[in-house]
Amino acid sequence: MESKPAVKDRYTDLYLNNIASIEKGSSPFMNSFRKEAVERFADMGIPGRTNEAYRYTNLDIWFRHEFNSYFMPGPGDFERAAKFSCEVEDLDVHNLVLLNGFYPSNNGKLRQPGSGITIGSLNEAARIMGSVTENHYGRYAASDTDGLIHLNTAMASDGVFIHVPRGMVPDKPIQIVNLVYSKEDIFNQHRNLIVVEDNAEATIIICDHTLSPSRFLTNAVTEVYVGRNARFSIIRVQNEHNNAAKLTHTFIHQERDSQATSINITLHGGLVRNSTYHYLGGEGASTNSAGLYLTDKTQHVDNYVNVDHAYPNCTSNQLFKGVLDDVATGAFNGRILVRKGAQGTRAYQSNNSILLTDDARMDTKPQLEIFADDVKCSHGATVGQLDENALFYLTSRGIARREARLMLMFGFAHEVIQEIPVEALRERMDTLVMQRLRGELSRCASCMVKCG
Amino acid sequence: MLVIDNLKASINGKQILKGISLHVKEGEVHAIMGPNGSGKSTLAAILAGREFAAIDGGSVSYFGRNLLDMAPEERSRDGLFLGFQYPIEIPGVSMVNFMKTAINEHRKYRGLEPLSASDFLKLMREKKELVEIDSTLTNRSVNEGFSGGEKKKNEIFQMAMLEPRLAILDETDSGLDIDALRIVANGVNKLKRKDSSVIVITHYQRLLDFIVPDVVHVLYDGRIVKTAGKELALELEEKGYDWIKKEAEKTEESWRVNPQ
Repeated sequence: MESKPAVKDRYTDLYLNNIASIEKGSSPFMNSFRKEAVERFADMGIPGRTNEAYRYTNLDIWFRHEFNSYFMPGPGDFERAAKFSCEVEDLDVHNLVLLNGFYPSNNGKLRQPGSGITIGSLNEAARIMGSVTENHYGRYAASDTDGLIHLNTAMASDGVFIHVPRGMVPDKPIQIVNLVYSKEDIFNQHRNLIVVEDNAEATIIICDHTLSPSRFLTNAVTEVYVGRNARFSIIRVQNEHNNAAKLTHTFIHQERDSQATSINITLHGGLVRNSTYHYLGGEGASTNSAGLYLTDKTQHVDNYVNVDHAYPNCTSNQLFKGVLDDVATGAFNGRILVRKGAQGTRAYQSNNSILLTDDARMDTKPQLEIFADDVKCSHGATVGQLDENALFYLTSRGIARREARLMLMFGFAHEVIQEIPVEALRERMDTLVMQRLRGELSRCASCMVKCG
Repeated sequence: MLVIDNLKASINGKQILKGISLHVKEGEVHAIMGPNGSGKSTLAAILAGREFAAIDGGSVSYFGRNLLDMAPEERSRDGLFLGFQYPIEIPGVSMVNFMKTAINEHRKYRGLEPLSASDFLKLMREKKELVEIDSTLTNRSVNEGFSGGEKKKNEIFQMAMLEPRLAILDETDSGLDIDALRIVANGVNKLKRKDSSVIVITHYQRLLDFIVPDVVHVLYDGRIVKTAGKELALELEEKGYDWIKKEAEKTEESWRVNPQ
């Protein structure tokens, strides 16, 4: 019993009061998971501070707030989503817009941009592409400790679906723009499913973005299947306001010889919790998990990473870095599990944070569980200030101290940006990070998008 | 241009500089020599504005201004340059961005517009040739992964870019093989103008074969104990520092016995 019953009950009540309309609006296959999921949520509740994986993050105050929820996109949503045009210089993408967790598109709910690739609404895909969704939906998002995943399974009815068939490579990255817009405070959940089959490739950019100043709570689950010898990258850029809480749970299941990269870049947000689960489910798979968090005021960013080395000769790398200003707080928890028999595992982890004030705080915790003997593992964490020697070096060349500090922070952050596999996006992120560090990041110049 | 008068400084309560006086005029090359731990690098760092030592007394005037009141960046924009003994590695900050920012801050200070991208690249190319620095180095992060020699050349490259009026080179020769030493010294000589001055801080005489000083000072135990022409450097090379130490200690002793 991790949270006070009243809070948990509010969400089970939300389920009970709305399950009829949720089920009416979504596919029978997705509905088949709901009953068990809500029961498991009722068992586990909202993760509290006594849950090791949530020790440094207080969700209670967010879940206690009276939010509204709705389970069908309204007519206004279609207009709003259609109006939202996004572009990044030199970055050509297939664009998908989710509004409050739904895919309200007037141009059909699924698109085929070529090479047999399908992108669009998960709800729609679950109805008409059962062969793919039924093989993968609900298979990777599992947890015996985090009730939020089950809460999502119980009630989410839409989100993005991406399917890249065997051997295919999309001609450009796919961008998912996650918008929340409402005059009221809302709680919303969505569910994404991404399937990249054997020998295929995909680069996904997710952009979390708030459009109105209301209070938001978002609980999103993304399941990813990366087939044999496939290559997959997911880059999530978060730029939400201080009244927004974003909880993301990303499960990446990898088959043998596949490569995956996950990068979470948090530029702004009241509370952000990103849980990234990497399952190395076949020999020779490798995964890169990176994150950058830039926080100030009372913001809180928590990155939880779970890398599961289930097979021999897999490699994983974790690199998380952040700069915390004012009274901002951050947390990092990186778990590496090397299962029995996963010989030849190489697993590395690094978390470095810079605190700009005495009141900023960072909690960092490595968690290594190793049950094989031929293993190379390392982890390291630093929490410190900007390097005075480096500051002096820059100022001794005529650079003002303020500018020198910015250059050092930028240089520090750039190491994570460098991991982004798309050059135009790297450049865009460099610009955004610099704007963020300068305090010039406006609500609309944000994310990868320029609001139309 | 630079007048140091009876400068005293301490670090963590320990007196390092015990009253240094030095006068550098436009166009002069001064060498400051001395054994390890005599205070050479402390003096260089204080002149460049590193805030790590407490100034206990004395003054430093630079073109008539109180140098000790100026921030490091102001000193640089006013033409003072320190070549670091141990250049700092700054991961993630590219050489190009570093130099572009520095150059444009200097230009802004002089009331000039920022350099255009093409003019900047042209300037970089020109200065790189001058110090024979590997072209790819400027595409990397500041000093990151540079060899010892590359780091020192990079200091001279930055000096070439910023065209200082007073360059203080702190043991720029240490760790250099003879070819690198020649390149570094050539760079310094080529950059020398009639109205610019150089203070070369070194432990060994060999750099002074290439950069010929007008005046040689010997710093020992926080004081300048001897000042002479370039022949002093040769004498030190031949006889080592021991005779200087003995001479200095004698003076110290007589001072203790008969305080004025």
